[in-house]
Amino acid sequence: MISITHYLFLSTALLTIGVVGVLTRRNMVIILMSVELILNAVNINLVAFSHYWGGVHGQVFAIFIIADAAAEVAVGLGLLIALFRNKEVVNADQVDLLKW
Amino acid sequence: MLDQIFFYLFATVILASAILCVTARNAVHSAIFLIGTLLGVAGLYLLLTAEFLAGVQVILYVGGIMVLFLFVIMLVNIDQSLRENIFSHQWRVGMGAVVLLAAELGWFVTKGGVSMPARTPDTTSQLGNVQQVGDVIFQSYLLPFEIASILLLVAMVGAVVLAKKRI
Repeated sequence: MISITHYLFLSTALLTIGVVGVLTRRNMVIILMSVELILNAVNINLVAFSHYWGGVHGQVFAIFIIADAAAEVAVGLGLLIALFRNKEVVNADQVDLLKW
Repeated sequence: MLDQIFFYLFATVILASAILCVTARNAVHSAIFLIGTLLGVAGLYLLLTAEFLAGVQVILYVGGIMVLFLFVIMLVNIDQSLRENIFSHQWRVGMGAVVLLAAELGWFVTKGGVSMPARTPDTTSQLGNVQQVGDVIFQSYLLPFEIASILLLVAMVGAVVLAKKRI
């Protein structure tokens, strides 16, 4: 029998891998993909809780998170294209205009 | 027994694809591995009797968002980034923070798992999953649903403005 703790550990591992990608990669496209990994980890948690507690409220939250992810990807990739057109960079550590 | 086999199968697919996605040198390979992770998560949703969400995951993530990612990867050139160092110079600090975060989350899940009531899932409902989700969205969460539609509209306008020729 798979308990909810199994799902929580899986989601923790997935979230940790996503944070590794966000903090250590340079390519901004891959950073955005790692954010998708983090959001999927959250979704696994929500759906697992919704399954083990009864009701579908967690699934509705997961649907809202998927809509947010779509919006985030559209704006993020738009920013990326604007940045590439103006400065010819795709690496996050080369964009340091605001950094002291 | 069968659900255990499928859980560990999907968990292996998810974690292996996620690790390969984060460590792949080529961004296109990264996107392909991310598709593997997303399909594994869709399988987990099926295992958790969230059929509607599994369909949404495949159609929206794999069909929509990943096509957008691949499209943008094709637009920005990746030739020079193939030869550069793929990890940023702050990776030591980042890994330290990640280890701390993993230890904290693991400790909480280990401690909190005991206090969670072992409730068996409710499978007695006569309604289908899609009907249940629809009922809840359009009765309890109608206002958040409308706000999400406005959010998508704003994101669409923002993406069009950002990708314009002259910003």
